Amino acid sequence: MPGGVATVKNTKEYFRYAVKKSIPVFFGYIFLGIAFGILMAKTGYGPFWTLAASLFIYAGSMQFVLVSFLAAGAPLGLVALTTLFINGRHMFYGLSFVERFRKMGRYYPYMVFSLTDETYSVLCSIPDEKAEAEPRIMFWISALDQTYWAAGSLIGVLAGGLLPFDFKGIEFSMTALFLVIFLDQWKNSKKHGAAAAGLAVSVFFLILLGPDRFLLPSLLVLATVMCLGFIREEQKGELKE
Amino acid sequence: MMKTISIMAIVAFVTLFTRVLPFVLFGGKKGMPKMIGYLGKVLPAAIIAALVVYCFKELTIQPALQKLWSLSAGAAVILLHLWKRNTLVSIAGGTVLYMLLIRI
Repeated sequence: MPGGVATVKNTKEYFRYAVKKSIPVFFGYIFLGIAFGILMAKTGYGPFWTLAASLFIYAGSMQFVLVSFLAAGAPLGLVALTTLFINGRHMFYGLSFVERFRKMGRYYPYMVFSLTDETYSVLCSIPDEKAEAEPRIMFWISALDQTYWAAGSLIGVLAGGLLPFDFKGIEFSMTALFLVIFLDQWKNSKKHGAAAAGLAVSVFFLILLGPDRFLLPSLLVLATVMCLGFIREEQKGELKE
Repeated sequence: MMKTISIMAIVAFVTLFTRVLPFVLFGGKKGMPKMIGYLGKVLPAAIIAALVVYCFKELTIQPALQKLWSLSAGAAVILLHLWKRNTLVSIAGGTVLYMLLIRI
């Protein structure tokens, strides 16, 4: 059937698009994953626990904190609170994908589970047309990203000591990825208020609270300010009517 | 062993909780309140800006030379991207420069 052939061809094309979109994350995740694996090996954990963490927790920076918890045998209450605080930012990511993910059927649960900082940013950069034409693009990106991360951590825990090259500094690729997505978003939108507010508020809290605890308060304040702005606009609209 | 399992399970569970929460709150049949829909549209730009700041957070505690390397590599990414508009070129260029600089 000609129609069938066209669909397969499109599917391939869309998959290639997803791979292309995920390549920047590949470099970051493979090498950060390796760093995580090496750290796990140094702390005395083998491939089983390393892979379990990357498959079931799957939260980059939190997994590094996890290693220190494991090494210290941290009290469980502290573990829960710290995780909530470090990963609380995720609560804001889902807000932008409630509608889109819900339409994804059997992929929905995985999409929710796998929404990391990097995957979130890449998914934000997928135009609506593309996501509507082939919703699996988003699934492929999410699954590829986690594959890179899991593969990296396995390589790290199994062969970390054998790697011939010093990868120090490769983590900058994640910084570069966020910068690029930021620039693209700035160029593609006419209003820069939200982006400018994001910069200003987070720099303010960074200076006020220091590098370890500024992000969540920043996001809370940004969300609150935006809600207030929305309420004000609505009231204005009602007055006009 | 038990301790390892409990710590990992708690981290996994709480992380999942933070990811599931918005979908549980607003993904139901009732649909999203208008305000949350609006928030979902305008927040990404602010969040990505905040994540950029997050990536440079160490600037506040780094020694001067390290600061200079981070900022130079960041500037290189911006310039490359404004010039070529090629995501991979910008990321690779900035990262390679950073890796070279910190080895000086």
